[in-house]
Amino acid sequence: MCTGEAVRPGGTLRAYRALLGAQARSQTAYRASFLLDLLGNVGATVFDVVTVLVIYGVTRELGGFTLRETLVMVGLSASAFAVADLLVGNIERLPTHVRTGLFDAVLLRPLGALPQLLLMNLPLRKVSRGVFGVGVLVVALTSAGIDWTPARVALAVVAPLAGVVFFGSLFVATATVSFWWVDSGELANSVTYGGRDFTTYPVTIFDGWFRAAFAYGLGFAFVSYQPALALLGRADPLGLPSWAGWAAPAVALVAAALAATAWRTGIRHYRSTGS
Amino acid sequence: MGSVTATVAPATSANVTRWFRTFGALSRAGFRRYSTYRQAAVAGVVTNTVFGFLRCAVLLAAAGSGTVGGYDRAQLATFVWVGQGLLAVVLLWGWSDLADRIRTGDVAADLLRPVHPVTSYLATDLGRAGYAALARLLPPVLVGPLFFDVCLPSRWPTVGLFVVSVVTAVVLCFGCRFLVNATAYWWQDARGPLLLWTLGSGVLAGLYFPLRFLPEWLQLVLWCGTPFPSLLQTPLDVLVERDPPAVQVGLVALQLGWAVLVLAACRLVQRRAERRLVVQGG
Repeated sequence: MCTGEAVRPGGTLRAYRALLGAQARSQTAYRASFLLDLLGNVGATVFDVVTVLVIYGVTRELGGFTLRETLVMVGLSASAFAVADLLVGNIERLPTHVRTGLFDAVLLRPLGALPQLLLMNLPLRKVSRGVFGVGVLVVALTSAGIDWTPARVALAVVAPLAGVVFFGSLFVATATVSFWWVDSGELANSVTYGGRDFTTYPVTIFDGWFRAAFAYGLGFAFVSYQPALALLGRADPLGLPSWAGWAAPAVALVAAALAATAWRTGIRHYRSTGS
Repeated sequence: MGSVTATVAPATSANVTRWFRTFGALSRAGFRRYSTYRQAAVAGVVTNTVFGFLRCAVLLAAAGSGTVGGYDRAQLATFVWVGQGLLAVVLLWGWSDLADRIRTGDVAADLLRPVHPVTSYLATDLGRAGYAALARLLPPVLVGPLFFDVCLPSRWPTVGLFVVSVVTAVVLCFGCRFLVNATAYWWQDARGPLLLWTLGSGVLAGLYFPLRFLPEWLQLVLWCGTPFPSLLQTPLDVLVERDPPAVQVGLVALQLGWAVLVLAACRLVQRRAERRLVVQGG
């Protein structure tokens, strides 16, 4: 594929498509396993929702919020995380690529490193999870008794998209750590999967510095909690003004800018492991 | 029986001392192998700690100022924090050594050794669990009480029962993982079964929420019909003294039953697999 000539614009696109096609073929090669994979991936999100339902089975409210209200947050969080995980999530394999030296090969090719990595690993099996996540959001929004205004309709569309950008940035930023710390392994999970768990519940159930760090320091409050309050028309028990829900896209853009900076710095500091 | 297996026939005079020495050596090797990944252990502990805070907050919010599912607040905090540590000790997730070796054909080397594959993998896994008990169980157990009120056992037999329960859980979990990995003997690629295992074990072992939150008939089905509650929920219930002593003993006995059953299944599956195994490649 790499002929050493200058790559024509159409050629770049074709190269990306070839990468994607090769992925699709290889991932569906073991058909039984792929079907189980599809099923299993939707299961992960199903169980997240089941967990919320089970917990509401033993209590009437969580941090002052009813099940219907919490489900809006669950829907926002699940759909944003699932789609970001589908598109960008496999960047978490970067440590492996750095360790095995595959990343050197990626850098040598005349295509962008990040798009290549994402397309090389695009996990098609996670499509099922994205579809289910969006489904949960739609059901939650229609059953929460929201007083729909044009602004709220816009927010209901923009907030999950901002969430995708936010979680995507988080995936990229945390993967960047492996440029410096190859064995960082699970560390990224604490903010990516941890963030998903955090955004599933109302921020009010957490307290102290943990809440300060996750909700406002890392910005997770703006993924689901604040937009959900704005959609439901509830005042924030923690005192943030009502426009905070509409700040979600701005927070996502800041996150994306930080992630891009981290990625560029990481690439510049990258020294091959020599393997 | 006269059946042909790929493993070398064991020595005719079974020497128990030698068997124990081999088992011990393999366990020590497992301990050393995993103790070399120190950075990974640190990263794992940080992640377990973050999830400790998350899960603890959710369960305490559900309890309010009272009890929920038969646990009070201190019991819930202990349940979550010890659970985060035990997760790495029983190693619910992330073991695909056997499946990888089957796919690459390296498993052929395991079959040539004069130790039964189930035995040698179990010995290595016990060594790994020993290291995890130090590096992964202790930190969350020490961090939790700094931020939350936890409960300590009030009856001394609980401590002994807890230790037995944890060791049994490790053996049982190993057996389950072995069975899931062994599907690669038939399918080459065990990713699908591994994923289903990851999913099912997390929720059915009591990691996401204590299984006592479920209706009682469902609890009965899970405990008696599946090995999952015996992996995590049972040791934790024993430790926080959720039940009177007789029930505690009963739960551990049930756990032991599952461990024996699953290990027997491992040996059976291994024997069936060896008859049909074709090592790929040259």
